[in-house]
Amino acid sequence: MTEDCKRTKLLTVDGLTVEYWARRGRIRAVEDASFSLEKGETLGLVGESGSGKSTLGLSLIRLVPYPGRIVKGDLLLEGQNILKLKDEKMRDIRGRRISYVFQDPMTSLNPVRKIKTHFIELIQTHEPKISESAALERAKKLFKDVGIQSERINDYPHQLSGGMRQRVMIALALALNPSVVIADEPTTALDVVVQAKILDLLNTLQETYGMALILITHDLSIVLERSDKIIVMYAGRIVEQAKSIDLYANTQHPYSQGLLRSIPNIELADQKLEAIEGSPPDLLKPPTGCRFWPRCSYAMEECRSKEPPLFETGAEHLARCYLYRGEKEK
Amino acid sequence: MLSTIIPGLTSLARRGLAGWLIILGAALVTLVIVMTAISPWIAPYNPGEINVGQPLMSPNSQYLFGTNDLGQDVYSRVLSGGGIMLQVSILSVIVCLAAGVPLGLFSSYAGGIIDRVFCLVMDSIYAFPGLVLAIAIAAMIGRGVINMSLSIAVVYIPSYFRVIRSQVLSIKEMPYVEAANAVGARSRTILLRYILPNIVPSIVVIATVNFADAILTAAGLTFIGLGVPVSIPDWGYDLTNGRRLLTSGAWWVITFPGLMIIFLALGFTLMGEGLSELLNPRLEQ
Amino acid sequence: MLLVQRRKRKVSQSEIIRVEHLKKYFPVEKSFLERVLARTRSFVKAVDDVDFSVNKGEVFTLAGESGCGKSTTGRLIVRLIPPTSGKVYFNHVDITQMSHEEFRICRRKLQIIFQDPYASLNPRMNIGRAVGHPLEIHGIAKDEEERKRVLEILDRVGLTPPDQFINLYPHQLSGGQRQRAAMARSLILEPEFIVADEPVSMIDVSLRTTIIDLMLELRKELELTYLFITHDLAVAKYISDRIAIMYLGKIVEIGEKQEIFSSPIHPYTQALLSSIPVPNPERKRRAVELKGEVPSAINIPSGCRFHTRCPYAEEKCKRAEPELIAVNPNHSVACQIMER
Repeated sequence: MTEDCKRTKLLTVDGLTVEYWARRGRIRAVEDASFSLEKGETLGLVGESGSGKSTLGLSLIRLVPYPGRIVKGDLLLEGQNILKLKDEKMRDIRGRRISYVFQDPMTSLNPVRKIKTHFIELIQTHEPKISESAALERAKKLFKDVGIQSERINDYPHQLSGGMRQRVMIALALALNPSVVIADEPTTALDVVVQAKILDLLNTLQETYGMALILITHDLSIVLERSDKIIVMYAGRIVEQAKSIDLYANTQHPYSQGLLRSIPNIELADQKLEAIEGSPPDLLKPPTGCRFWPRCSYAMEECRSKEPPLFETGAEHLARCYLYRGEKEK
Repeated sequence: MLSTIIPGLTSLARRGLAGWLIILGAALVTLVIVMTAISPWIAPYNPGEINVGQPLMSPNSQYLFGTNDLGQDVYSRVLSGGGIMLQVSILSVIVCLAAGVPLGLFSSYAGGIIDRVFCLVMDSIYAFPGLVLAIAIAAMIGRGVINMSLSIAVVYIPSYFRVIRSQVLSIKEMPYVEAANAVGARSRTILLRYILPNIVPSIVVIATVNFADAILTAAGLTFIGLGVPVSIPDWGYDLTNGRRLLTSGAWWVITFPGLMIIFLALGFTLMGEGLSELLNPRLEQ
Repeated sequence: MLLVQRRKRKVSQSEIIRVEHLKKYFPVEKSFLERVLARTRSFVKAVDDVDFSVNKGEVFTLAGESGCGKSTTGRLIVRLIPPTSGKVYFNHVDITQMSHEEFRICRRKLQIIFQDPYASLNPRMNIGRAVGHPLEIHGIAKDEEERKRVLEILDRVGLTPPDQFINLYPHQLSGGQRQRAAMARSLILEPEFIVADEPVSMIDVSLRTTIIDLMLELRKELELTYLFITHDLAVAKYISDRIAIMYLGKIVEIGEKQEIFSSPIHPYTQALLSSIPVPNPERKRRAVELKGEVPSAINIPSGCRFHTRCPYAEEKCKRAEPELIAVNPNHSVACQIMER
């Protein structure tokens, strides 16, 4: 990526690598991840267990839990490298310029504090000059935006249902008008009907607030429906990256293909579902070469020995597979 | 025996800090046990014999740890004084296991009113400060190694009960126990083959912690005079005695036995910590 | 009380399970003071008068969201928990009235697979012992004979080579493998009926199909019947023959799969189906909007329990609880507004 390119994108991730030191050895949870995010764009980050998607999400706000560490790469927010920032400056960015909606709304709120306290604390930490009543006003407006009655702001978390708590989390994420909101499995703990509402809400809020949204999920259906761009991860690597329409119409990486073919589509009549043989690799001892080769029906000799680079197979369409070796490398 | 110990040690060492804690703790405990066991042969003087030297001599080349007010050699007393402590703590842990584990298992698995009653009883015992209760019981049933062990055991059974109960309650709800029910296993089978093996780690941990506690309580009991007769060398007794003598400047009578008690308790505590770390693995990515 | 023409229930010969007026109420735990001050006891009405039957060889799905009572129903059928009232018939025999000992023998025919593959195997038993244990419990086989059967069933569920798996412990297996081992354990007793409680929700998406296909294969080979419990209607569509949608402890719609999915009648079913994400970026969504959220099962709304969220609710919906009425032989729905 050229320097110019980096400056115009909202968020640029370049060669990000995250390692965990477990008791039994070193795990590369995320390896050499590179992508960019534009203003107002919705990015879907998809992967199954062990894919590294949650770790990647957390690394974007530098909250990878110990014993994990970001060991390589650059992270540029509006041109500024936030990996190099001191903790204090980073704390300023968290919540204000990039915010994160955690997976489980049940445990992400402090049970002994009223909802309004959460908001007041958040707003006043980043904008110390603002008064409590002004902060409260802003919170009430946010409540309206996310569809909760403003009186509920005086409740305690346990008095709210799961769906409402998730909306509170979203409201908190928007309170300071960030440019990027990262939502980690925002719907897994919720019922399907509420799920749809929350996802619709996120899309609507994007139109109102103009923020970019990163949706981290294992559910490919959600991101195909709702995101502009999708990144598919497998065993810590980005294996495919494309606009949603392209990913659906022209799925290239064998893993993405397998994933798509294994999802039951409620609108299809007699669907023949296919599974991917084998199971995700042990990240302590990943396979040599391409990490997917043991499960890949197209596996060739070179797949076993050297990991393929990302090939540019179309407009903004990348696939990490030797099937496309004729194409330009990224 | 050596053929199992050496590989055991190496595998422990490979487990990181936890393994080393266990090794260290076990080493301390073994040292004390061995020391006490061979004391008849290595003690320079008869620990019980009075006036082997001048009373209240400070540590010197002849009497390494000095002598106490009765002219007994403190060093010899230190070497051989661990016997009572070890016996009492081991016995009390055995009693606790024999009584606390079945009670905990049965009560929490049965649930309902039985559980409520047992909990009430256990909580009442637990509410008393350990040493105070031990003293009260010992005062009632008398002195001697067995009685001391019993008093201490009674004080600690509630801890075992609680730990086991909380484990059983959570395991009881696990799908694999439901599955055992679904295939038709009887309650006894479930308790013995599905629940018990899964709580063994917690039992081991509380037992090792209990050892350490028991030693200190035993020392306390002897301190008060509810332990064993004076003629048998005992660290606990030396603590009582030594305290009295501290004011006259004879620091060595209390210090060395005191240090030994600390070492023994420390040994057990380290083992407990290490085992706890090992058997209850922290969240791994 | 309205006199409603009840659907005449034909006791079909091929019925393997029949559930009649099944109820399960869980008492709400209250503190001493609350009990003294409150006048009535409150209950969580997890399953509130449920009727259905399952035919031999079919895959019958209980679908609904969390808290609708589907898991509880499954457990009631295999008698893991006792019903508050109602009956369960297995092969036309009332199993709710059986003594503990009598039912133990019946147990072999009624098995259950759980949702969490990480928690459904005893961590201290290796696979061989875990899968073979049911044989020992019922005195069917032990030692050599047991080992032979264990190897056979492990092979059947795809854990090959079986002699390699027999000595492994659960933590050495992947989620999918654990689920297969759990299935092997249930299958070794040669059951006729299996309740599968969300068997694939905690398994990676790309591996779900293998488990589901395995279940379907085994159905043919071993002549099994399944009660499949799930909240994922897309999976339900793939695997079921017949399906029942549950809401707050009651069945709101029941019928052949094709019927339900092509013409859902109950507003709740419609809302559910329209909310399911479809892996197609070009699809335009027409979601049915539902107000509010699922009420607590302690305070169930009066009349039709869905009226608080229903976009078509009328006055009469608050007063009377609708019965399941047959719209056609393959499709019944419990709704006063829509069944017309």
